[in-house]
Amino acid sequence: MKEPLLSVRDLRVHFHTYAGVVHALNGVSFDLYPGEILGLVGETGCGKSVTGLALLGLVPPPGEVVGGEIRYRGQNLLSLSPAQWQALRGGKIAMIFQDPAAALNPVFTVGEQMELVTRRHRRMGRSTARRQVAEVLRSVGMPEPERILETYPHELSGGMQQRVMIAMALSCGAEVLVADEPTTALDVTIQAQILDLLVELKRTRGLSILLITHNLGVVAETCDRVAVLYAGSIVETGPTGAIFQAMKHPYTQGLLAAIPRPSSRGRSLQAIPGTVPDGLQPPPGCLFHSRCPFAWDRCRQERPMLLEIAEGHQVACHLYGGGAGQ
Amino acid sequence: MTEPLVQARQLTKHYVLRGGLFSRRQVVRALHWVDLTIYPGETFGVVGESGCGKTTLGRCLLRLVEPTFGEVLFRGENLLQLDRETLRQRRRYSQMVFQNPYLSLDPRMNVLHLVGEPLVTHTDLRGQALAERVVALLEQVGLSADQLYRYPHEFSGGQLQRIAIARALALQPLFVVLDEPTSALDVSVQAQILNLLKELQAELGLTYLFISHDLSVVQHISDRIAVMYLGRVVEVSTTERIFYNARHPYTQALVSTTPIPDPRARRTRVVLQGGVPSPLNPPPGCPFHPRCARALPLCTTDEPRLVDVGDGHLVACHRVTE
Repeated sequence: MKEPLLSVRDLRVHFHTYAGVVHALNGVSFDLYPGEILGLVGETGCGKSVTGLALLGLVPPPGEVVGGEIRYRGQNLLSLSPAQWQALRGGKIAMIFQDPAAALNPVFTVGEQMELVTRRHRRMGRSTARRQVAEVLRSVGMPEPERILETYPHELSGGMQQRVMIAMALSCGAEVLVADEPTTALDVTIQAQILDLLVELKRTRGLSILLITHNLGVVAETCDRVAVLYAGSIVETGPTGAIFQAMKHPYTQGLLAAIPRPSSRGRSLQAIPGTVPDGLQPPPGCLFHSRCPFAWDRCRQERPMLLEIAEGHQVACHLYGGGAGQ
Repeated sequence: MTEPLVQARQLTKHYVLRGGLFSRRQVVRALHWVDLTIYPGETFGVVGESGCGKTTLGRCLLRLVEPTFGEVLFRGENLLQLDRETLRQRRRYSQMVFQNPYLSLDPRMNVLHLVGEPLVTHTDLRGQALAERVVALLEQVGLSADQLYRYPHEFSGGQLQRIAIARALALQPLFVVLDEPTSALDVSVQAQILNLLKELQAELGLTYLFISHDLSVVQHISDRIAVMYLGRVVEVSTTERIFYNARHPYTQALVSTTPIPDPRARRTRVVLQGGVPSPLNPPPGCPFHPRCARALPLCTTDEPRLVDVGDGHLVACHRVTE
């Protein structure tokens, strides 16, 4: 078994609001191995983006990481000083966002900002940085990199801007790329180009990618493994093939059944009844129990832990083992 | 053959961007020479990428924006030649549901006011009778009477979209334009809304124009589909043929790159190079030729027309007719 590159254990994030403490993450655990794409899926407000931000030490106030561990190459990131964080962030661990236009600085050319960031993370002279940045742009499929370096972000299309963001991460030597909904703002034909690029970077450079998305179709086509997030907890994780063929958690099953697909034509879609529990007052027991068709007494009292039910396939649900109370 | 409910003929909408001090006047060809026919009781899907003109098409069909050229026939009557008062009376027959219910519903109006507004405008219902009618509409879309005096901020996105649907149905329209009605919603809520739309259609015999960028949603709900690219309709056919026997290279690429939630699905993906050209400066000839793998010299000069390749399957491509 390979060693994980990044290992998250029992990560807890709270947001201190006027209304009270919102439990955004309730103990999230997962591993990211070298050279894999791990999909982190879930619906609005489930904590996917907060997880991504936490990996870079960027949880915004009033949010706070209140517990857990994030280990990168054996080192717990949560014990780093701000200066150490800064050296790592955007360097070995980089992030790209849903809206690349907002992530790029509109008043600098692509070349200026890429060089600036690259030189911040790697000691090199201007001309070396320039050459390297052009080289990286070429490797992410940008035609005429020298011309692109002279453009301002607004002159590029959304797909091109996202390529620049990816190039910037690579240029600084990223080993881990946290991609938060990187294709959600893009059209399908452009989405396909960007997803192909991510898969290619995984293969050729051994890049490890945490792909945060709400789209199970994107997961099925690009990810090696999946983690399903619901109300701030991982409810199921495993290899993509196993998850899609034999998903165990009622939430994952419901999520997949709700997606329109060729076989659903002319029939009703299966919707998940109810709504996500209130983060201010999470209910006792399993967070999904109020919407779950299989819930029983134990689900209302005891929070299920992630249990391994097959090679690498874990589920947090009382339906599958735990022994006691069955 | 049944009579068409809505027809567009050579429908064209150009937006003029006023030139600044140093720039020329520019024209965006949002909709260019669009012909289509929608029959009663069907769901007509419109798909395409951002900026392809699908929203402009929906709005022109309701005359919410004034087309630059062309005709819109609603039950045989040209909407574009009606005087103000007749048009106002016709408006009750066609309604619209917008993408973002947070923006389309006025936050200062309660549900009674929101859903009752079209009834006040077009009918004599007032007071108790109005409230009763609104409650009936709310129940039809899965809401209840005790929500009558609530305001939009008290509802979730899915509930708001239900209110928007109730509002659109208040005047018992024949034709409803649904412009990305589920794009702002999560999949589990999207499923509820799609089911609701299907039920309402069966119950009330509605005709839908369903606009979306999401092919799986359009496939689920539509009987026929039009694919748009840069303001043109490039292919129209039944849902089956669009998905399994598309003839236009753009449709083929679009279908093949839509992610399917099944890792075992093996298919040949056609990943297009480059992006959609600017509608300010569309390429000459076929607008798709710069990204088309099968383009001929002819494609760079002559724009193909939409032709019937059999059974009402319309395609605008030079390579199809050869």
